[in-house]
Amino acid sequence: MKELMIGNKAIARGLYEAGCAVISSYPGTPSTEITEEFAKYDDVYCEWAPNEKVAMEAAFGAALRGKRSACCMKHVGLNVAADPLFTMSYTGVNAGMVICVADDPGMHSSQNEQDSRHYAIAAKVPMLEPSDSQEALSYAKLAYELSEQYDTPVLLKMCTRVAHSQSIVEIGERVEIVKTYEKNPQKYIMAPANAIKRHPFVEERTAKLVEYAETSGINRIEDGDGNRDSTHDFGIITSSTSYQYVKEAFGDSVAVLKLGMVNPLPVKLIQDFAAKVGKVYVIEELDPIIETHCKAMGIDVIGKDKFSILGEFSQKSIEAAFDMADKTVFSLDTAIPVRPPMMCAGCPHRGMYYVLAKNKLTVLGDIGCYTLGSMPPLNALDMTLCMGASVSGLHGYNKAGGDETGNKTVCVIGDSTFMHSGVTGLINIAYNRSNSTVIILDNSITGMTGHQQNPTTGYSIKGDPAGKVDLESLCHSIGINSVRVVDPYNLEECERVVKEELAKNEPSVIISRRPCVLLKYVKPKKPLHVNTEKCRSCKRCMKFGCPAISFRDNHAVVDETLCIGCGVCAQLCPFDAFESEGE
Amino acid sequence: MTKNVMIVGVGGQGSLLASKLLGRLLVDEGYDVKVSEVHGMSQRGGSVVTYVRFGDKVYSPVIENGEADFIVSFEKIEAARYVQMLKKDGTIIVNTQQIDPMPVIIGAAEYPASIIDEMKSKGVHVDDIDALSLAQEAGSAKACNIVLMGRLAKYFDMPKEKWISAIEKSVKPQFVEMNKKAFELGYQCS
Repeated sequence: MKELMIGNKAIARGLYEAGCAVISSYPGTPSTEITEEFAKYDDVYCEWAPNEKVAMEAAFGAALRGKRSACCMKHVGLNVAADPLFTMSYTGVNAGMVICVADDPGMHSSQNEQDSRHYAIAAKVPMLEPSDSQEALSYAKLAYELSEQYDTPVLLKMCTRVAHSQSIVEIGERVEIVKTYEKNPQKYIMAPANAIKRHPFVEERTAKLVEYAETSGINRIEDGDGNRDSTHDFGIITSSTSYQYVKEAFGDSVAVLKLGMVNPLPVKLIQDFAAKVGKVYVIEELDPIIETHCKAMGIDVIGKDKFSILGEFSQKSIEAAFDMADKTVFSLDTAIPVRPPMMCAGCPHRGMYYVLAKNKLTVLGDIGCYTLGSMPPLNALDMTLCMGASVSGLHGYNKAGGDETGNKTVCVIGDSTFMHSGVTGLINIAYNRSNSTVIILDNSITGMTGHQQNPTTGYSIKGDPAGKVDLESLCHSIGINSVRVVDPYNLEECERVVKEELAKNEPSVIISRRPCVLLKYVKPKKPLHVNTEKCRSCKRCMKFGCPAISFRDNHAVVDETLCIGCGVCAQLCPFDAFESEGE
Repeated sequence: MTKNVMIVGVGGQGSLLASKLLGRLLVDEGYDVKVSEVHGMSQRGGSVVTYVRFGDKVYSPVIENGEADFIVSFEKIEAARYVQMLKKDGTIIVNTQQIDPMPVIIGAAEYPASIIDEMKSKGVHVDDIDALSLAQEAGSAKACNIVLMGRLAKYFDMPKEKWISAIEKSVKPQFVEMNKKAFELGYQCS
């Protein structure tokens, strides 16, 4: 059966068909749908873990026990999970294990543009890189075969364009694979005496995998139309979505070495290709991994000198590099205002941000929807680094700043990010006693990635009742004495409590609690409207940045299709111009 | 020959369903199809764009400057934002709805209200329709996307019944009739 699928769904299908029985993941764009799609199958186990390290170790445990397993994450998630990855390379697996990692060239929704292929090289683990949905499905299945045959976890690398592009795939049947677990301390206990014996195994395995890369067909030469010599006096080595752009630009008129396995890379295959075509271009997004490999072999390829190290490619960037004719385009004289993403109308984060901005506090931020609080008009954030860094960073900031910062600085972190890696930072605050005020923006869901459950919501990935972390009790038991809960729709309460907690000379936590307005169970109230008699055009409501409020004909107007009746604007208006129905 | 359709709009406007409908229709017709969009910010009111490409064999999932045969825009200035993607002989279908972006809301920028006229004066083939009113006439403002698909269908050499059948397969049963009406209104309006 043929179906149009995004790459992530195709991976989920491939994992399923290969008999994957356990997936543990942490959501992260552009990887999230792999796990969400897998969770739709009935006869498998699937979960959201608190973070990627926990997820990878859970998947390792499942593979150790004898069931094919997987874990999925975005590129920066692999930083979190790097610790188990490097040593799993030594232990190997029992049943197969696949790690799906999705890079985000162009940073559509990420804080950096790191290239995950470095991890495959550093951890000495094979990495497959599909270029469309059909390959995503096939490579997921192949990854398990390689994992078991070569006794290694296998990295399956996606990028945004492959993860989120739909193309046609052929669906197959599921197989069931179960291995028996046998105690094997020399293989699975990575104490020095054992680990030192496993390292040679890793090096031998890589040598065998290079042989596989030379001959298996996952890396293939497409010879062009056979008259290549008369059209182009060069060949191209490429992989992933770049392969599609090359084919779009050149069709079959150029010889291509298409790599499906990007670690370890073949040697002889590349030498043969280079000998045949003469001049070789390497076209790869982000870092010059293939290029560096070729140059180390003494093949003088052209790569990053011609193709950017930054961002995504397209057929256009390749055509431009080869001086192919530009297409004619329309252009307008009027400047078009930008349309950045923003916090939704009625977003509970907005009220708290308004209070923080109004009081001119220094605010260390974190990763999630609430990073949007950095945008105008609130401009409420000073720093965003990585998951959990707001809390640990605040501790160091206050230790360095002493009395000067403790009562003017807070950090903000979402409920899911707090569970991911904020809690360890809070333990440091409590243990090493910094005068820090941590604000947990608890909207009862993992928002930015599209509503995934987490340990604070009380529900599993399938929506079934699950364990639930009680944030107040957790903070108390860590050693935070002052734990307050506020409603971010109540500006007066938020401002009062923030000031009180900042004034205290001890660690404190404020939980700003209100579920995300996009959650199905959150029923909107009736929209407000502006009494134009009362509105005096002071524009104070415009400083709040609610997308439902705009300014027309010299007074504020509420867009009734967007307003959910949260009423925060009414608290801001000095003239009581915002009214709810019936007033 | 590969054909390129772009669907652009504001996050939350329902462009996802439009591309799903189009993708299904084209696969059923036996084309090779690629549909590409970037997720993550889609419900946060940002500018969103979906590429739909079809033909005998499609490689790249993205559309570049000067390559789009059709642009379907759910909002006025989003049409203008992507007009450089249109082929010189392409068509841009524009819903005349105005949604203020944040710089306009906070007074840092002006909404270019006469942007459709400017596009026309530059020789762009613009087909502008009030899809929001037609969707409301069909029964829901949310059916804007299907009104616009109805409009797009006029330019496609494909029987209307195939589109209707794709709608039946793409929306929940209780919304089929309403969406069929929305499609018809988009298709018929002049």
